[in-house]
Amino acid sequence: MSGKVTKVSGPLVVAEGLADANVSDVVRVGRQRLIGEILNMTGDSASIQVYEETSGLGPSADVETTGMPMSVELGPGMLDNIYDGIQRPLPEIRAIAGETIARGTEVPALNREKVWDFVPVASVGDKLVTGDVLGTVQETSAINHKIMVPNGIEGEVVRIESGEHVVEDVIAVIRDKDGKEHDLTMIQRWPVRIARPYIKKYVPSRPMNSGQRIIDTLFPIAKGGTAAVPGPFGSGKTVVQHQLAKWSDVDIVVYIGCGERGNEMTDVLMEFPELKDPRNGEPLMKRTVLIANTSDMPVAAREASIYTGITIAEYFRDMGYDVAVLADSTSRWAEALREMSGRLEEMPGEEGYPAYLASRIAQFYERAGVVECMGSDERKGSVTAIGAVSPPGGDISEPVSQATMRIVKVFWALDSSLAYARHFPAINWLTSYSLYLDNLGAWYEDQFGPAYMENRNKAMSILQEESELLEIVRLVGQDALSANDRLTMETAKMVREDFLQQNAFVDDDAYSSYAKQYRLLDTILKYDEYAREALVKGAEIDRLFKIGAKEKIGRAKMIPQDRFEDEYDAIVAEMKAQIDEAAAGGEDE
Amino acid sequence: MIKEYKTIKEIASPLMVVEHVEGVTFDELAEIELQNGERRRCKVLEVEGDRAVVQLFENAQGINLAESKVRFLGHPLELGVSEDMLGRVFNGMGEPIDGGPEILAEEHKDINGLPMNPAARAYPAEFIQTGVSAIDGLNTLVRGQKLPIFSGSGLPHAPLAAQIARQARVLGDNETFAVVFAAVGITFEESEYFINDFRRTGAIDRTVVFSNLANDPAVERISTPRMALTAAEYLAFEKDMQVLVIITDITNYAEALREVSAAKKEVPGRRGYPGYLYTDLATMYERAGRRQGKKGSITMIPILTMPEDDKTHPIPDLTGYITEGQIILSRDLFRKGLVPPIDVLPSLSRLKDKGIGVGKTREDHAGTMNQLFAAYSRGKDAKELMTILGEAALSDDDKIFARFADDFEKIYVSQGNNTNRSIEETLNIGWQLLSMLPRTELKRIKPEMIEKYMPKA
Repeated sequence: MSGKVTKVSGPLVVAEGLADANVSDVVRVGRQRLIGEILNMTGDSASIQVYEETSGLGPSADVETTGMPMSVELGPGMLDNIYDGIQRPLPEIRAIAGETIARGTEVPALNREKVWDFVPVASVGDKLVTGDVLGTVQETSAINHKIMVPNGIEGEVVRIESGEHVVEDVIAVIRDKDGKEHDLTMIQRWPVRIARPYIKKYVPSRPMNSGQRIIDTLFPIAKGGTAAVPGPFGSGKTVVQHQLAKWSDVDIVVYIGCGERGNEMTDVLMEFPELKDPRNGEPLMKRTVLIANTSDMPVAAREASIYTGITIAEYFRDMGYDVAVLADSTSRWAEALREMSGRLEEMPGEEGYPAYLASRIAQFYERAGVVECMGSDERKGSVTAIGAVSPPGGDISEPVSQATMRIVKVFWALDSSLAYARHFPAINWLTSYSLYLDNLGAWYEDQFGPAYMENRNKAMSILQEESELLEIVRLVGQDALSANDRLTMETAKMVREDFLQQNAFVDDDAYSSYAKQYRLLDTILKYDEYAREALVKGAEIDRLFKIGAKEKIGRAKMIPQDRFEDEYDAIVAEMKAQIDEAAAGGEDE
Repeated sequence: MIKEYKTIKEIASPLMVVEHVEGVTFDELAEIELQNGERRRCKVLEVEGDRAVVQLFENAQGINLAESKVRFLGHPLELGVSEDMLGRVFNGMGEPIDGGPEILAEEHKDINGLPMNPAARAYPAEFIQTGVSAIDGLNTLVRGQKLPIFSGSGLPHAPLAAQIARQARVLGDNETFAVVFAAVGITFEESEYFINDFRRTGAIDRTVVFSNLANDPAVERISTPRMALTAAEYLAFEKDMQVLVIITDITNYAEALREVSAAKKEVPGRRGYPGYLYTDLATMYERAGRRQGKKGSITMIPILTMPEDDKTHPIPDLTGYITEGQIILSRDLFRKGLVPPIDVLPSLSRLKDKGIGVGKTREDHAGTMNQLFAAYSRGKDAKELMTILGEAALSDDDKIFARFADDFEKIYVSQGNNTNRSIEETLNIGWQLLSMLPRTELKRIKPEMIEKYMPKA
C-alpha cells in the first residue's frame, strides 16, 4: 500500500494511490520516513498532516501507510521520561541525533532493553476480563505500575510469568471463550484520539490539594475536575502550572508543554528530580510524565501532543490512580488546529479558527473525570485536566477562551495588573470562580468542621466589599470612610498580602497544608473580629493598625509547617493583648 | 545535473509560478537568471505536481516570463559560516557588502536550523551584569535568555541596546564573546548608530553584522534574522563563544511575513498577520539558549516597536508569549526625561530567579527586588489618586510611597546611557530608597536582611 506525493505545502502533504488507507492512519512519507497522519481522503488521494519539517520533500516521493491510527505505547517506562508530541523519547533522540532534533528519527516509546521485575497478581486458571490486573511492576520508587488485561480480551489465564522481563516478553497467555490464545506483553497500544473506556463515571467529590492558598481555600478544584488558567503573557500561567504539577496530591502528573518555551521544559527536567513530594518524600520526577512540543518543534505534532498526554493519563487512571493533566498552553494547540485547517482550505469560523474548535476543546476536557475503571475489582481512578489559555492581548473574549469557559468548572483568571504589582499568584479573586464549592463543601466540613468554609466565605465577602470601598476612595478619598470601613479595607489588604500572596520560590511558602491555610486565614479574620470589638469600645483605629502583632501576621506564611501551630497561637495571643490594650487606652482618653 | 526552466507561468510579486518542473522539493532554493544575466534568488513555497509556487527574495522588476530562466538548486537557503565572519558586514542574504573578500566557508548551514531538544538544553542561570539598574536589579538578564525590548516609534531603544552590548559581562569570567547584529528593515542612520558604537568601543572586531535596510527588498527580511542566528549558532556551539544577538526591528520582519502571506492569499489571523506568526517567531526566538556540554551560549535581545505603543498588538503580544520576559520602554517616562525610560512594572525577566541570590549576585537581591516592585506599584497608585483628589486626600503612608515612586524613577531608573553600575551599587541604591519607607511595610524582605543591609540613619 504505497502512494506518491503530489503536493507539498508546509506540513500538509497530498498523496495519491492510497485507496487502501484509512482516514486517521499513520503514514511514512518520503525517503526520511517522516511521520504523518491522514486527515481527509478524496478518491485515492489523501491529505496528510506531517509531524516533522517537510523541507526537501517533493512530488513523487513515496508514502506508505502503516494501517494503524495515531497511537501511543502504554507500559512501564513512561514515568520519569520526556517525550515529544508523538511520544518519541527525547533523551534517546538526543543520544542518536545530538542536541537538535533531526528528522525521521525512529525510537520506540518504551525502552525495549530495560528489564522490569514482573510480580504476578493473577494466577493460572483465573477468569479475567478487560482491565483486570495481571501483575505489577515497580516502575519508579513512587509508582507501582499495574499491568492490565488489554481492551477487548477476556478469558482464562493459561500461563503467567514472574520475574525479570523486558516489555516485549510475553508475560501471560489468556484463552478466550472461543479457545483462542492471546499472548500478552507489558505493552498496550491505544489510538490517542479515542478516549479509553471505563465502567461508570462519577460526579467529583474530593478536592485536589494543591498547597496553593488561593486555589485550595477560595477556588478549589475537585479530583476528576476541569480547570482553565487564562492570562496574558507575564501573568504567571506557567508558574501556576508548575506549582500544581509539583504540589498536587495526585499519584501521577502528566505535564504537556504544548508550543511553549524550551527552557520551561528544561526547568522541569532539572528541578523535579530535586524536589521531594511532601507526602511520601520521593522525587517528584518519579511520578511525572513530560510531553514536550516546544514552540520551535513542528506545528502538526503540537496538535497530537494534547491527545498523547491525555491518553497516557487515562491509562494510569485505569490502574486506579489519581492523575492530573496539565496542558500549557491549549491556545497553541488551537492555533495548530487553525494552521492545519487553513492549509486544508476549510471554511474558517471565528478569527480563522475552524468551526469544530469548540467541540474539540470540549472533547478534550470531557476525557477528565472520576471513573470506576475497567476490571472486576471496582477500583476508582480520576483524571483532572487543567489547561492554560493564552488569549491574545489578555482579552478573553476570543474563541479559545470562550469555548474553554463553556466547558470547564474552575476558572483561575490571571490578571496582569496584579502581576505588575508582583502579587503572585496573580489570580484575580473577583473574576475567578469554582463551581465545585457545593460538591466539595461536604468534604471540607467532614475534615475541618464548618469553620473552614465559613472563613472562606467571610474572606470573599471582605474582598468584595473592599472593591466597592475602593470605588468610593477613588471618588472622595480615604477620609470619607467610617472607622469600620477602614478596618474592612485593612483586613482585605491583609487577606491579599498576607494570605493570598504566595511565593513559589521560597521553600516554606511554596506549599501550604490545609491546616496551615486554615489557621493563617483564621488569624487574619480574628484580627478583624477583635479590632471591630475594640472599635465599639472606642479604640482609635490608627492605633489598631499599628499594633506589633500585625507585622508578625505579615510574616506568618513563612513559618515552616512543623512549627506554625504554636507560633500562630502566640501571634493570636499577642494580637489579642495589644488590641485589648488599644481598646483600654481608647477608653482612658 | 541542474535543469533550467523557462516556464515561468505567472508573476505576482513576491510570488512566481513555474510549471513543468521535475524533482522540485518544498523549501528548496532557486535562482532566476534574467535576460541581462542578473541573478536573483527565490525559494519554493509549495509544489503541486509539476507546478511550483516560488517566493522571490527581491523585487520582480525586469523578469520576463518567456526569457527568464529558473534553476532549482536542490538545497534550502544556506549560509556559509566561518570564524572569519567576525568583523564583517553582510547583506540580508548573507553576501559580504563591506568590500572585503568572500568568506571561505568552513561549512554551509541551512538557515532554518533545527529545533533544539529540550532534554539537551542547559538552563540559563548565569547572571549577566548589564550595568543598567532597572535590568540588573529588577529584570535580571541571564546567559542564554531571550529578552526583547518593547519600544515605540521615536523611543530611544537603540542607545539602550547599544549600552547593553557595550557593558554586558558575566562576573568573574574571561570567555570570548561575540555580537551578532541583524538590522531588519531599519534606517541607515539607526544601523550606523549601532555600528559606530561597536567601532567606538572596539567591539566591531568581535561583531558580525547582517544588514537589510529600509530600502532593501522587504521579502529578504524573512531570511535576515535567520542568517544572523545561523551565524550565532555556529559561533556559540561550534566555536564556544558567548554570543549576544541583537535583532532590530522585529516589527519590520512581521510585516514582511504578512506581505508574503497576503500574496499567497492565506486566511489572515489578527490584523492581517498570518495565523502561523506565533510559530514563525518562535522558530527564531527559540534558537537562543545554552546546550548541555557546550561552553557557548546565545543570548538574544530582539527589539520591536509596538504599533501605537500597544502591547496587545499581535507582534509584541506573540513575542511576549515566546520570549523569557520583556523590557518595556514608556513614552510617559521618556517625556519626563528618564534615561533609559524603562517602565519596570510591566517589564519582566522570567529567568531572573535562577540567576540571582547567594553566589550569583547577593543574598538580599530577591527580597529587595520584590519590595521595590511592590512599593513602586503602590507609589504609582498613590500618585494617581493624588492627581484626582489632591495631596491632602492621601494617608501619611501613601504620601511617603508617592515620594518613593518619584525618587525611584529619578535615582534608580534614570541613570543615563553612560553609567555602568555594578550589581552592588544597584542593590545599595535600592536599599537607600527602601530606607524611606516605614519598616512595617517591608514585609517581603527577611528581617535579618534588613538588619544587615539597611543603611543606618
